[in-house]
Formats: sequence, C-alpha cells, structure tokens
Amino acid sequence: MQVLYFAWVRERIGLPREVIDTKAATVAELVAELRAKDARYDAAFGDVSALRVALDQDLAEFDAPLAGVREVAFFPPMTGG
Amino acid sequence: MQVRVQDAAFDAGAELNAFSAEVKGAGAIVSFTGVVRDVAAGLKHMQIEHYPGMTEQAIVKIAGEAVARWSLSDVLVIHRYGDLSPGAPIMMVATAAPHRADAFAAADFLMDYLKSRAPFWKKEVTSKGADWVEAKTADEDALRRWD
Repeated sequence: MQVLYFAWVRERIGLPREVIDTKAATVAELVAELRAKDARYDAAFGDVSALRVALDQDLAEFDAPLAGVREVAFFPPMTGG
Repeated sequence: MQVRVQDAAFDAGAELNAFSAEVKGAGAIVSFTGVVRDVAAGLKHMQIEHYPGMTEQAIVKIAGEAVARWSLSDVLVIHRYGDLSPGAPIMMVATAAPHRADAFAAADFLMDYLKSRAPFWKKEVTSKGADWVEAKTADEDALRRWD
C-alpha cells in the first residue's frame, strides 16, 4: 500500500511517500511495523497521540482496520485556515 | 458551492464581488479573509503544505455540512498552499444566505473546521529558523461548539 507522510512526520522520516508491503490488520499494527524498521520511524511515531491518520484520504482512528485500504497518510494535527 | 485549492495569489475583493454577483436571492453575504501575520522574530515567509486530493475532498465535505445545517444560497472557499509572504491572503470563505444569522454562523463554522480538519500544515520561516505551527487545544475546543 502507499504510505504518505506530511509536515514534520515527512521531515523526521525523510521521505514523502513509499510503498509498504504489509500484513498489518490495523493502523496501529502498521505503526508498530514501521517503528521496528528504523530509528527515524521510531522518532516520528514515538507519540501517536500527536499524530493523525487518514485512510484513502479520509480521517480515521489508529485502531481502524486496513483491509481494502490503498493509501495511508500520517501527519500532525492540521493547521489550516 | 465553489472550492478552490491553489498556490496562486487571489484578490479577496474581486472574489467577493464575483461571488456576490453570482448569488441569486441572498439577503446576506458574509466573508472572512485569513492573512499571513508577522511574528516577533520577523517572518520571511509562511510555507503551507497540503495533501493533494484529500484537501479538496475534505473542504467539499465541510462545506457540504454547512449547507446541510444552515439555509445558504452559496458557499465559496479558497485556500492557498506554497510559500506566502507576510500580509498575503491565505484563504477566504464567503457565505450567502437569505438571512444574516445563517451566513455568519456558517462562515464561523467553516473557519473552525478548515483550521483543524482540512489537511494543511503551516511552517513559519524566520531569520532564526523554521518551525511548524502547532495546533492549539483551543482549535479543538472551538469544534465542540458545533456538536
């Protein structure tokens, strides 16, 4: 699946998007996989309460299932307006 | 409903005039323009990042909620991304309604939701460096007014 990162999550991980081959059933499981991958991910995902997630461009929760999802995006709380 | 996400600058006055000219039967038009404010350290520019694809979708959803909730004739939302100078317009909303209470409330609602639910992130670049603007708890509190 496509995994996208925005704002300081993108900066900490060092890339804007990547394709991840995963069997994670939920967002939280995907986060755990990513954190185990590399220290940069561990730093970015250290406090998930500071993060938001969107599944196929719709805001979701970290316990949401990933079945059928093609695009996951992680980012900090939004600051529009 | 008109939603535009763009890097180009816009003329808020001209946009409001065009919006007003197109609206039929509205007795009230409210508009808000958000402008890049300067900061103590001296702002060089404000970088606005967004999530292409989701941004438009999220704004259309928020505007749709406003249309469902208040009696509105039309809604306009323009939001910029990219590098913006101090004093430059970042975004504007305009609402048209038969009566002013609906136009004011809908514009207020749109601003609260665009701030915290549309995927934009601001970074302030000053002479001392660059920092992401942090979301405020007051922004989340503001959303609860509409529950």
